[in-house]
Amino acid sequence: MIEVRGLTAAYGRAEILFGLDFEAQAGEVLVLLGRNGAGKSTTLKTLMGLVPSRNGEVRLHGERIDGLPAHRIARCGLGYVPEDRRIFTDLTVRENLEVGRQPPRAGAEPWTPERLLRLFPSLEAMQSRLGGRMSGGEQQMLAIARSLMGNPRALLLDEPAEGLAPIVVDHLAGAIRELKAAGLCIVLSEQNLRFARRVADRACLIERGRIRASGTLEEVQPAYAR
Amino acid sequence: MSYASVLIQFLNGLASASSLFLIAAGLSLIFGVTRVVNFAHGSLFMLGMYLAVALAPGVGFWLAVPLAALAVGAFGAVAESLLLRRLYRAPELLQLLATFALVLVIKDFALWAWGPEDILGPRAPGLAGAVTIAGQRFPAYDLFLIALGPAVLGTLWFLLKRTRWGMLVRAATQDRDMASALGVNQKGLFTAVFGLGALLAGLGGALQIPREPATLGVDLQVISDAFVVVVVGGLGSIPGAFLAALLIGEIKSFCIGLGFSKLTLVAEFVVMAAVLVLRPWGLLGKVRAEVRGAGALEPPLRLPSRGALLGLAALFAALALLPALHAGYTLVLLTDVLLFALFAVSLHFIMGPGGLHSFGHAAYFGLGAYGAGLLVHKASASMGAALLAGPWLAALGAAAFGWFCVRLSGVYLAMLTLAFAQITWSIAFQWDAVTGGSNGIVGIWPSPWLSGKTAYYYLTLAACAAGIALLWRVCYSPFGYALRAGRDSPLRADAIGIDVRALQWAAFTFAGFFAGLAGALYAFSKGSISPETLSIPRSVDGLVMVLLGGIQTLTGPVWGAALLTWLQDAVARGVDYWRAVIGGVILALVLAFPQGAAGFLRERFAR
Repeated sequence: MIEVRGLTAAYGRAEILFGLDFEAQAGEVLVLLGRNGAGKSTTLKTLMGLVPSRNGEVRLHGERIDGLPAHRIARCGLGYVPEDRRIFTDLTVRENLEVGRQPPRAGAEPWTPERLLRLFPSLEAMQSRLGGRMSGGEQQMLAIARSLMGNPRALLLDEPAEGLAPIVVDHLAGAIRELKAAGLCIVLSEQNLRFARRVADRACLIERGRIRASGTLEEVQPAYAR
Repeated sequence: MSYASVLIQFLNGLASASSLFLIAAGLSLIFGVTRVVNFAHGSLFMLGMYLAVALAPGVGFWLAVPLAALAVGAFGAVAESLLLRRLYRAPELLQLLATFALVLVIKDFALWAWGPEDILGPRAPGLAGAVTIAGQRFPAYDLFLIALGPAVLGTLWFLLKRTRWGMLVRAATQDRDMASALGVNQKGLFTAVFGLGALLAGLGGALQIPREPATLGVDLQVISDAFVVVVVGGLGSIPGAFLAALLIGEIKSFCIGLGFSKLTLVAEFVVMAAVLVLRPWGLLGKVRAEVRGAGALEPPLRLPSRGALLGLAALFAALALLPALHAGYTLVLLTDVLLFALFAVSLHFIMGPGGLHSFGHAAYFGLGAYGAGLLVHKASASMGAALLAGPWLAALGAAAFGWFCVRLSGVYLAMLTLAFAQITWSIAFQWDAVTGGSNGIVGIWPSPWLSGKTAYYYLTLAACAAGIALLWRVCYSPFGYALRAGRDSPLRADAIGIDVRALQWAAFTFAGFFAGLAGALYAFSKGSISPETLSIPRSVDGLVMVLLGGIQTLTGPVWGAALLTWLQDAVARGVDYWRAVIGGVILALVLAFPQGAAGFLRERFAR
């Protein structure tokens, strides 16, 4: 579903990514494991077109998406949930969802606000609340729901469990498994092994902008622990 | 004042509030979404006026107004998509420079198309007469304007709050990158917003033609009014702009009604100063977080290399030797270049290291010039005394205005400095008894031993080189470092014990002093001064010099000053439409070198 070959990226003259290769299939959760500053967030931003790639190829569902502007990449079916959620704080919950709305995709059940509220029932009661008046956990749910409104084929989640209460993390892990079961391809960055273990099918270890190891989480884990 | 005349003044105030609101709403909308301070907004208003006047005889007034507004809106959309769109990722001041260039181009276009004379527009058919209210006659057209303001407010509210388009606009206003990661094409959105804002400006202009003639000077007059309204109301807040327009419209109207028409500007200023001190973000504005996905980070100011310092010393030596080889007009031009270089460097001092983007630096240039001129003229002071005292008047003015300015930051600060400059200008323009009004002061000649071209050139060279060297030196002193720390990270600077505000105030005053020195030298080099010495175009010149040179370079402003002064001199003598030529050159430079000319060269050769 997502195929990345030789991806490099830089902020100005400072190179961040040095030729990444990985892929993730539909119905699979790939965890990009790495410490602070390893390049996980930059990888996701580069896939989304928010950081320009220097070299390499990115394919989504067989289509080249590298070099396209972010809104075109989103319309091709890539969803993005940033680390700091970036909820539109002046918009209501309902409006936040509507901003993400894109036409349904053939062969998949379309996401509607109603279907999303079944996935995240805690949003039900706060539809007319302003995005700025939500807790971190609620914002995280809303951020995921918002990108699902675009009916993506694949979803990029940047450290989704960071800073959330344990009970919210449980909800989140459940939701991620449900999305996977619905056939979505999920690429998730994480530095915390405990959360990674709960959701990962496969993992890549990123260090200083390079992939050090990839395989199942058990295979990758020893290299990360050191 | 009787009850009836209070009522009439109140209605007058409402009518002028509607006009103000139409201009300010578009400016606020464009800024809120695209973060571009559209300096050309007054020019779009002027274009609306001229187009309506030109169309009215053919299609009639009531069709000419919407046609003119639509045409201006279309022009705005095209200008955005061809020009500003390329600059959203550039430092925000370059966008401003581009809109300045548009001001010049549009002005010369209007001059070419409609000539320099004021053109009277038609009355509005059906509303040409007056109605009697409380026994007094009141223009029917003004009643129509009073109704139109709230109608436009309501329409905009509906568009932004109740349509999908408006929702996407609000989302992109807050976080462009996130909106585009959700599939929102912000390019189209921004073009549409810019077009809508331009349409409102054009509508405001077109609706003004039954009340006042179309003139070429209206662009800058309108933009300073609009800035005041937008700042008082809160940037990006359209209801705020409405409230501010009401407040200012009414206060002006009652000043006129009570017979203090010269007080209107001062009253406007008092309102703005009070609002900004009590609510620095305007009546209904919000404290703005930094915009995500906006301009790029600028590289820090580096210590000049030994080679660069030697180069500057060589340049100074060459300038000092020049009169031995060549005299005549070149020296006059170089005198201008030198004193504008000092002016530009003093502006750069607060803009670059200080991060205080002043749109009204000419005020201090002018205060220095008027201070020196008045001392010679009224107190028969010697040239030496006047040259020394003039800059102190500028520093005093900078200290007084700066006290307010450093309480704000970013665009608010920029607009406030512009408003202060406009106030200084109107005092110089209106206070006939002291400043000579629009005629200014004549007969400010240097002492006999300095009156030769060469002697005066040496004086200017010495004073300007010393001033520039001192300003540059201070950039690398502990004061300069603290100033830069306060610019880049005010909170952290505060936390390590730097009083950022006091520091910025001191820098503002210091820069004002040197702008004043340049102004005083200017006064003696020309022999006369007029309000133009401190008008908005002079402030704009300073900005253009700094931005052309590159704001994050050290010597850039000097090159910018040399380039612009030479261009103005060469082009203004040879070409009729020199403003448009300069505007075109600026546009080309901005598009080709978004880092400024000197910044571009450094990027190229610094590897």
